[in-house]
Amino acid sequence: MKPGFVLLASGMAIAAMQSACAQAGNLSLPKSVGAGDGFSIQSAGSGKATLYIIGLGQVMKRDVELGQTVYFPAGSLYNAGHYLAVLAGDAATESGSFDVLPATKPSNMTFLARPSRLPVSLHDGITGAVYVFDAYHNLITAPTQVSFELTTPSGTVQKRIVATRDGTAWTAMDSTAQQGMDKFEARIGEVFSARVVAQVPGDPCALKMNASQSGQEVQLVTDPVRDCNGNAVPDGTVVTFTEAYNGAQTNVDVPLKRGIAEVRMASHNGAIISAASGVVLGNQIRWEK
Amino acid sequence: MNKGPLLAVTLAGATVALVVIGTMWPVPSAAAYAGAGTLLHSSSTPEEAAATLGDNIRTQSWDKAYASFANKAEFTEADFVHDVTGYYPSLLTYTTLDKFEVRSLHASQNEAEMQLTLHWATVVGSSATTRDLHLVKNGDRWEPEWPIIKQQAVPPQVIPVNYLRWDVIYRGPGDDWGAQDVEAPHVRIVDMHPVERADGAVILGELLNEDVVPAYVSVTATLISKNQSTIGTEGSFDKISHLLLPKQVTPFLIRFPNVSLSDIGSIRMTPLSALIAASADPVIEIGDEQLHPNPGASLTGQLINQSGQIVNVAHVLGTFYDKSGKVVWVADQYVDQALPPETPVPFEIHIPEDLARNISTQRTVVATYSSGSAQ
Repeated sequence: MKPGFVLLASGMAIAAMQSACAQAGNLSLPKSVGAGDGFSIQSAGSGKATLYIIGLGQVMKRDVELGQTVYFPAGSLYNAGHYLAVLAGDAATESGSFDVLPATKPSNMTFLARPSRLPVSLHDGITGAVYVFDAYHNLITAPTQVSFELTTPSGTVQKRIVATRDGTAWTAMDSTAQQGMDKFEARIGEVFSARVVAQVPGDPCALKMNASQSGQEVQLVTDPVRDCNGNAVPDGTVVTFTEAYNGAQTNVDVPLKRGIAEVRMASHNGAIISAASGVVLGNQIRWEK
Repeated sequence: MNKGPLLAVTLAGATVALVVIGTMWPVPSAAAYAGAGTLLHSSSTPEEAAATLGDNIRTQSWDKAYASFANKAEFTEADFVHDVTGYYPSLLTYTTLDKFEVRSLHASQNEAEMQLTLHWATVVGSSATTRDLHLVKNGDRWEPEWPIIKQQAVPPQVIPVNYLRWDVIYRGPGDDWGAQDVEAPHVRIVDMHPVERADGAVILGELLNEDVVPAYVSVTATLISKNQSTIGTEGSFDKISHLLLPKQVTPFLIRFPNVSLSDIGSIRMTPLSALIAASADPVIEIGDEQLHPNPGASLTGQLINQSGQIVNVAHVLGTFYDKSGKVVWVADQYVDQALPPETPVPFEIHIPEDLARNISTQRTVVATYSSGSAQ
């Protein structure tokens, strides 16, 4: 069995048994300590004793002279939480408890920005959530003002100031009409974090193709494909060309290349040719040679 | 008296004796299926000659099969092997002939017409090819004429391809949990429709990749009974085109054997999508698609590979709609030959006869696999 576990278990047991003594005892504990701050513990009496400080993830042991003040330098206790102090002497054991609180000054944050890619013109489509931590990665639960700022490709800025609640703050922003990269920032004083959010074009709008004879085939070419905000739909987006003739049908899924989709199909007089992309329908042509 | 040891010794002795007999004097069919011989050696009738040919194909005795042809002067043995197993690597390249059927079409004193149906056991299931054989009598033997189909070989060349290609870099293992990662593609089920079939319930539908990046997709469905208990969860498996380019739509079909629609209270659909490195190439034209009514309802057409690379396996998925545009069935076929550039390859998708009369329109998509490609 590990000595640390034995120490912790025995310390907790002693504390439970001696709790009445601790409340009325000679151990003088601070009510709370800031994470990472220095502090002291005063004991009364005379002789030698051992002081144990037991907390979540941290255990400290000091040999002390009763009646003297024990000093703990800055950085001794840094995990926020409830701590137990046990003073074990030759004659008696006393205990008490105190809290280590997160530092009030934010030192870093975790910034979750979602999604990293979304279509343009989406209301409340971009969300940002911030978790505020002190220098020792304790969640700061005291209300803190967080500034969210979204700078869109067109240069417009959306800004929100949100107070944290239980250590977290969140907001939602709109994607704008222009495609490109948004800069999404969260700031608390000097602490700052940034993310990039891609605004991508929406569904194709007013999909239009043109047909022309090319040898024995019909050449189908779309106009540059854009969404309803005028953004160029990215290359690789599939346009489906369908040619229906004499009870038969031919279709080809063609990816956009340099902004347009282009294909050659067999030329059938009177054929009905249509184009579509996803759930968006384009124009229809009745082909006459 | 305990008779156990006597029984054990008797059984062991009988087993050894049967093994020895089976090894020394095997029945012809067992020897043939073990690869040690053929089932038939006679060609005294057209049926026997055709069956011998089928048997030689099954055992991959290409030289014997070639030697038996009456028209072998028209092609080489290599041409014959390529005709049967494909000139380029395809589904048939790595398959075995499971069984064959011979059907007499016409016979006279010196000539006969036979139909030879070859049932291949491929990695995606059974695949049947049918050839009509003309047989001629040569002395006391019948010899088949192989209806050779010489596949046009693509001449060696360099074809420039400049279609878009997507690669993905994910978040690194050392990144903080709050660091951004690339977003999974956004996909949407644009249609879903349960139907009742004799063998159970079937969920049909269509899935759209509404994002600007390619997606690896699949769909699962969970059936919930009327008392809110889960009946079962099934996936689309291969009844879907797993790679969707931006704005591409795939049908899907999910089977729930032995489940009746009347048992179902609700259905929970879960589309899954993941980013995938992909290329916009190859582009496949699906040409001359025709719906054939009953009897033997089917969708036929041909695939034309418009790109430079050879497509080794093509999977054709047909979505069938009624007059109101509702999906009434999804069916598929794996094409058992490779798609060389600009070479039409036929396909045929069978449609259940009871549904065929409701079908008004269809839409076909092709999923492809090319060996050596990075897809």
